[in-house]
Amino acid sequence: MELIFKKLAQLSASLVFFILAATALVLYLSARPAIEEFGLGFLFESRWGVEETRAQPVLSPNQVVDEMPVIDEQADALLDDDFIDDEDDFVGDDDDESSGDTRIVYGALVPIVGTLFSTLIAMFFSIPIAMGIAVFLSEIAPKLLAKPVGVAIELLASIPSIIYGMWGLFYFGPFIAGIFGGNTVSLLVAGLVLGIMVIPFMAALSRDAISTVPDMLKESAYAMGATKLEVIKDVVFPYAKSGIIGSIILSFGRALGETMAVAFVIGGVYQFVGKVTDPTNSIPVVLANSFAESSGLSLSVLFYLALILFAMSFIVIAVAKFFFLRRK
Amino acid sequence: MKNMMEVQALTFTYNGATEPSLKRINLPIEKNKVTALIGPSGCGKSTLLRGMNRIHDLYPGHRYDGTINLLNSDGEAYTDILTIKKEAELIRLRQRVGMIFQKPTPFPMTIFENIAYGLKLSGVKKRTQIEEVVEQSLRDAALWGEVKDRLSLDARSLSGGQQQRLCIARAIALKPEVILFDEPTSALDPISTLAIEEMISVLREQYSICIVTHNMQQAARISDFTGFMYLGEMVEFDKTETIFMKPSVKQTEDYISGRFG
Repeated sequence: MELIFKKLAQLSASLVFFILAATALVLYLSARPAIEEFGLGFLFESRWGVEETRAQPVLSPNQVVDEMPVIDEQADALLDDDFIDDEDDFVGDDDDESSGDTRIVYGALVPIVGTLFSTLIAMFFSIPIAMGIAVFLSEIAPKLLAKPVGVAIELLASIPSIIYGMWGLFYFGPFIAGIFGGNTVSLLVAGLVLGIMVIPFMAALSRDAISTVPDMLKESAYAMGATKLEVIKDVVFPYAKSGIIGSIILSFGRALGETMAVAFVIGGVYQFVGKVTDPTNSIPVVLANSFAESSGLSLSVLFYLALILFAMSFIVIAVAKFFFLRRK
Repeated sequence: MKNMMEVQALTFTYNGATEPSLKRINLPIEKNKVTALIGPSGCGKSTLLRGMNRIHDLYPGHRYDGTINLLNSDGEAYTDILTIKKEAELIRLRQRVGMIFQKPTPFPMTIFENIAYGLKLSGVKKRTQIEEVVEQSLRDAALWGEVKDRLSLDARSLSGGQQQRLCIARAIALKPEVILFDEPTSALDPISTLAIEEMISVLREQYSICIVTHNMQQAARISDFTGFMYLGEMVEFDKTETIFMKPSVKQTEDYISGRFG
C-alpha cells in the first residue's frame, strides 16, 4: 500500500516533465519547416503573409546564411536581379508555397512586441492594485468586511476570460478611447483588460501569502513602536515576499498566454504601434485567428510562433525566479 | 523607592466576551527587580502582560477598567497608560515598555537591521550612533561574540536560542524602562533557556522586568517577586521566597506543590 502510494506520487510528478518535454518536442517538430525556411530572422521580421520575389542568397564566406536568411534575401532582392538558382542551403526547402520566384514572408516581430507590451501594461496596472487589495483584506479590513470581499475577489477570478473580452470590446474599449483618444481596440485597452483580468487572481494569491505572516511577528514589530504602515512595509512584505512574487509570476504567465480576452480588444492587425492607443496583435491571438485557414508552411509558421510563446513564458519565469527568489 | 509600574484594580474583557478575563488585578512592578507571574494555562497572566504595553489594542473592541500607572521619566509622577488615546503616544509607550514573545520573532532582515530597527523607527539616522547601540545591545544580550562577524546575514539563519537573544537585544536597543517577557523560553532547549535566564538576572540591574512563565522553577530561580494567578484573579502576590516557602493561600500551595494546574 505504502509502496503503491509512493509510486503513484512519483508517477504524477514525472508526468509533469513528460508533458513539458512532449509539448516542446511536438511544437518544435511541427515548426521545423518554418524554422528552416525563415531561421531566427523570423523573430525580427515585421511583415506577415506578404508575397515577395524569391531571392536566393549568394553564399559568401563572411555571411552566415542560416542565421539571417530573410534579411539577406531582402538585401539581395533589392540589389540584384540575377539569381543563382542552384544555390540552396536550406535543408528540406521544398515546400510548394515558395516554389517559383515568389514566396510569402512571415515574421513574428509584431505579435511578439504586442504580447510583451500588452503584458507589461497589464502588470504595471495590476500589481499596485492587487497589492492594495491583498494588504487591505489581510491587514486592514475588519473581519466582517474581509470575508465577503475575499469571496467576491475569488468569484471575479473565476469569470471566464471571454466575458472580460466582451465587456472590454463593448464597454471598456469605448470608455478608454473616450479618455485617451485613439481606437476602441488597441494595445492599451488590451493591456488594461488583461490587467483587470489578473487583478483578482493576483490579489487572492497575495492575500494568502500575506496571511501566512505569524501574528506574533507583527505584534513584535508593533511592540517596538512600529506603525501599521511600517509593519506592512518592513515585516509583512519581506516575510511574504516569495509568495507575493510567485503570485506575480503566475499572473504574468497567465497574461502572456491569454487569448480570448485579448482577441476581442487588441485589434488583430499586423502593425507596429506608434502610440499605445493603436491596434496591434499578440501571439495567442494570431494563433487563435489563423489556424482555421492555414496549411503547409503557413501552419508551420503558427507552430513556430507557438514555440516562441512557449520559450518566452519559460524565459520570463526562469528569469523572475532567478532574480527574485534566489536567496530562498 | 517608587514602583516602576502599578496595576490597580484592572478588569479586562475581550471583545465579544461576557465574562472579564482579568478581575480587579493589582500588581506592582518594582524598579530593577524581576516580577514573575505564574498560574495554570488560561489564568490570564499573558492577558495581563499584554495590557501593560497595550498590545491588546491592535485588535479592536477589548475593554479595560481600572488603572495601569507608569512612572514618568522624571521619576516623580505617574501616568495612567489606559488613558492614552493617540497612536503616537501608544508608540511612545511601547518604546518605553518593551516586550519579548513566546517564540523568537526575528524580522525578515539582517541581524544588524533587526537590532537597528527600533532606532530607525524612532528616527535615529546617525550611522555611528546606530552602530554603537547595536554593538552594545548585542553585548548586553551575550550575543556579540557569536554574531559579530556575520551581522549582515539574515537573522533567521541563527539558532532558536540565538534568535531569542537577538529579540532581547532588539528590545534593549530602545532603552526601555520595563521589559515584559511572555514565556520567553517555552520554545527553547534547556541550555538556551539557561542563557536567557542568566541574561535576565543581569538585565535586572538596568531594567525593571516582568516575566510570565509556565515553569515554576524558573520563577523561583530568577524572580524577586511572584504573583500567582488563577481564573483571572491575582490569588497571591509576595516575595518569591515567601510564595514558594510559605504561601499564605492554600490554592497557591497546591499549585506550587504540583497538586493541580
